[in-house]
Amino acid sequence: MNDLKSGSNLEKILRAGHFAFTGECGPPKGANVKHLKEKVAHLKGKVDAVNITDNQTAVVRMASWAASTILIQEGVEPNFQMVCRDRNRLAIQSDILGVYAMGIRNMLCLSGDHQSFGNHPQAKNVYDIDSMQLIALVKKMRDEGKFINDEDIDAPPRLFLGAASNPFAEPFEFRVHRLALKIASGADFIQTQCIYNMERFREFMKRVVDMGLHEKSYILAGVTPMKSVGMAQYMAKSVPGMDVPDSLINRLKGAGKGKAAEEGIKFAVEQIEEFKEMEGIAGVHLMAIEWEHMVPEIAERAGVLPRPEVS
Amino acid sequence: MIVADRKPIQEILEMVKDYERVLILGCKGCVTVCNVGGDKEVGILASILKIARKKEGRPLEVHERTLERQCDPEYIDQVKDQVSQYDAVISMACGVGPQFLSEAYPQQRFYPAVNTTFFGGALGHGVWVERCAGCGTCLIHYFDGLCPIARCSKSLLHGPCGGSAKGKCEISKDVECIWDKIVRKKMEEGRIEDVTRIRPAKDWRTARDGGPRKSVREELVQ
Repeated sequence: MNDLKSGSNLEKILRAGHFAFTGECGPPKGANVKHLKEKVAHLKGKVDAVNITDNQTAVVRMASWAASTILIQEGVEPNFQMVCRDRNRLAIQSDILGVYAMGIRNMLCLSGDHQSFGNHPQAKNVYDIDSMQLIALVKKMRDEGKFINDEDIDAPPRLFLGAASNPFAEPFEFRVHRLALKIASGADFIQTQCIYNMERFREFMKRVVDMGLHEKSYILAGVTPMKSVGMAQYMAKSVPGMDVPDSLINRLKGAGKGKAAEEGIKFAVEQIEEFKEMEGIAGVHLMAIEWEHMVPEIAERAGVLPRPEVS
Repeated sequence: MIVADRKPIQEILEMVKDYERVLILGCKGCVTVCNVGGDKEVGILASILKIARKKEGRPLEVHERTLERQCDPEYIDQVKDQVSQYDAVISMACGVGPQFLSEAYPQQRFYPAVNTTFFGGALGHGVWVERCAGCGTCLIHYFDGLCPIARCSKSLLHGPCGGSAKGKCEISKDVECIWDKIVRKKMEEGRIEDVTRIRPAKDWRTARDGGPRKSVREELVQ
């Protein structure tokens, strides 16, 4: 195992063949470190790494690198997210060196939601490079020890490199090819968008397996438990690239008053059970949005505890 | 062509509030084609300004003229005896016009009556769309003549992103996802390999990012 790319816990878990289980946490909309630590405490020991989002939905929050370093202090491994929306290649590369220097070992490369979604729609958008080029850039820094301009790096950053995939965006037939390109660009692991349409996801994974992509990268299935019928309807209608079938909305409705959240958790647990058996899936990425305190229960019910110890 | 929109009348009235005698200068180039700054629009703006100022009890004397173009010294020269006769001059050309005028006649004040928006074309009567970002290094041949720099909200070179749905961009249902169009065409025509390769990071030096641009063609310079 001395050929590890980063030596992160997540990498070791996946390399050892364990079914990975990652969580997610949004940094505070302010400098409320106490609140961040409280949220993270729910995840400690229950997941292999925690994604720290980077100004998600283009709303300003504490820097993802800073929140990630707070996680390290708390004994929780972060998966540092970086979007291309807010930085040019200078800032991107210096941030990468910075996060590595601070002990961060996982990084997820994203394009980022367009700034028109968020609370600073007047902002200039950067997009100097896109997520595909970001993946290639990090890989080059790590494996070749070179910046994007081919200059040598003194002590390259060793990061376990992740990318996102949305199997439900369109055109559906192209999605697997875009995933293949991310993997070819250097993605060691993939975390998918929240999955609700299981039928479509099975079809997607069949294509992934047919192309052998699961042998080149670790694919973690994205799960976000629905808290309410309203949340399901909102995601179905207003979140671009989200596929929430009516059957799930009806199931939540059918659960009865005050029981939709429990039904949402049941669905998530069923999903995780299926992902454990699904060919090509190496783990689950649980995005319990502002519901971190439910993660231990979901993990317990899904049978993914205790988390394996790897060294 | 260069597409523009007229500024709100209130903004133009505010610009000329201290003046009594102004000249409105139209342009027969792009802004005539996109119905914002040609002869006709100069006449309309003149009428509106005169009526508004008359209502205020402070009449404004407005003269009208439309030049062949405002992006060429040859035509800018044509108003050299005229501009000094006014308190101010309103240009209805794109952003180039008031600048060429200001540089040629530094003693006079020039005001823009339009907001210059983009390089584009007309989809139909009254509808213009952006097609070029003027990035200085054209790549559209890789994408069957569709430009992701100008037409993708994130200028991605590897799309479509996860926000693409039903052929629309994540920012608005009124914005088409150009990457959806690009990859569908490639797939239909069996040329998917064109969009499943990694393209290098774009060199933005030829775009605005490299500073103000200048084009010199030696064979034409006298």
